Amino acid sequence: MWKKIFAWLEERLGLNDLQKSLLERPEPKGNWWNTLGSASLFLFILQGFTGIFLTVYYTPSPDHAYDSVQYIMSGVAFGWLVRGIHHWGATLMVIVVFIHMLRVFATASFKYPRELTWIIGVGLLVATLGMGFTGYLLPWNQRAYWATTVGTQIAGTVPLIGEFILKTLRGGPDLSALTLQRFFAGHIWMLPLVLAGLIGAHLYLIIRHGESHWPKKED
Amino acid sequence: MAELSRRDFMKAAVYFIGGLVGVSVGLPSIAYLIDPALDGATKEAWIPIGKLADMTEINRPYPFSFTRVQVNGWERTATSHGGFVIRKSEDPNDLLIINSRCTHLACTVNWVEDERVFACPCHDASFDAQGAVLDGPPPRPLDRYAEFRVSEAGVLEIFYKEG
Repeated sequence: MWKKIFAWLEERLGLNDLQKSLLERPEPKGNWWNTLGSASLFLFILQGFTGIFLTVYYTPSPDHAYDSVQYIMSGVAFGWLVRGIHHWGATLMVIVVFIHMLRVFATASFKYPRELTWIIGVGLLVATLGMGFTGYLLPWNQRAYWATTVGTQIAGTVPLIGEFILKTLRGGPDLSALTLQRFFAGHIWMLPLVLAGLIGAHLYLIIRHGESHWPKKED
Repeated sequence: MAELSRRDFMKAAVYFIGGLVGVSVGLPSIAYLIDPALDGATKEAWIPIGKLADMTEINRPYPFSFTRVQVNGWERTATSHGGFVIRKSEDPNDLLIINSRCTHLACTVNWVEDERVFACPCHDASFDAQGAVLDGPPPRPLDRYAEFRVSEAGVLEIFYKEG
């Protein structure tokens, strides 16, 4: 019975081919350092799920942001767990993505034909840091407020267009409701969209080229 | 038993650990989502509405009002409630306490002394002095605060139950 259903689906979807090319593709001799990309992907998905769950209660408004986070932490069942995973997952993701970059650099995996994979990877690192920067403001506590004040101020030191960048980031000259709202929009819509797109391209290139082998003495 | 290959062992271990992680995060996630629906606590209280000594006339509705604060999540909302106390006789326990919330769509009814009716401004409904429907769309008589007591200091208190 199940075999028949599976055969019917397989004939139309061709999932076996997909599995062979995605999950059972040949790999060079295993090395734990080569798993950091998958770890980053896992963390991205984890952050996506916990983030979506947080928006069930979180309210991006100066009147409610702080209180809604307090409510998640102490009022909702397992709110502390969901936010805890999102909070520590964010830190871990930055670390893992960064070590992943170091490994690719150390093993010279960015060379021909994988230059584009590396360039897209740089975009992924920047977008990940952007997620960290925008997410940091959302609890709307003192630390968040002043970290964003300082962060946007630093962006404002760019010659000539500094003030324009600062105003664009803050949605005006000062940190306000507009800042919180646009950081929220960036954090849950724009940056995740950018990340998902870049991850798709990154994965396509990895599957297309396969993984680079660990460099030998002669290399 | 057939020899378990290294590959099959790894597969089984991944499924097992993955399942364990999935369940230990998945179940709390469901609890997280449905938590507000599980808050079944009904709030009840004795609410003082005035000195009985100030309500001397028989068959005259004395208006009263009070405010209750509800907490939904992190938000506090104050709701006003009101009603009328009517003494039916000299007996301090012979009281009729009517809720002024119209049973049609929850507007507040007013006492019209000339006609001796409770009139609702929203849809022109009227109730008699006992709260029974005289005219208009309300489906049932005005609600009553059936439970009340008089404290030692002579303050009339009604039993209020939320929800």
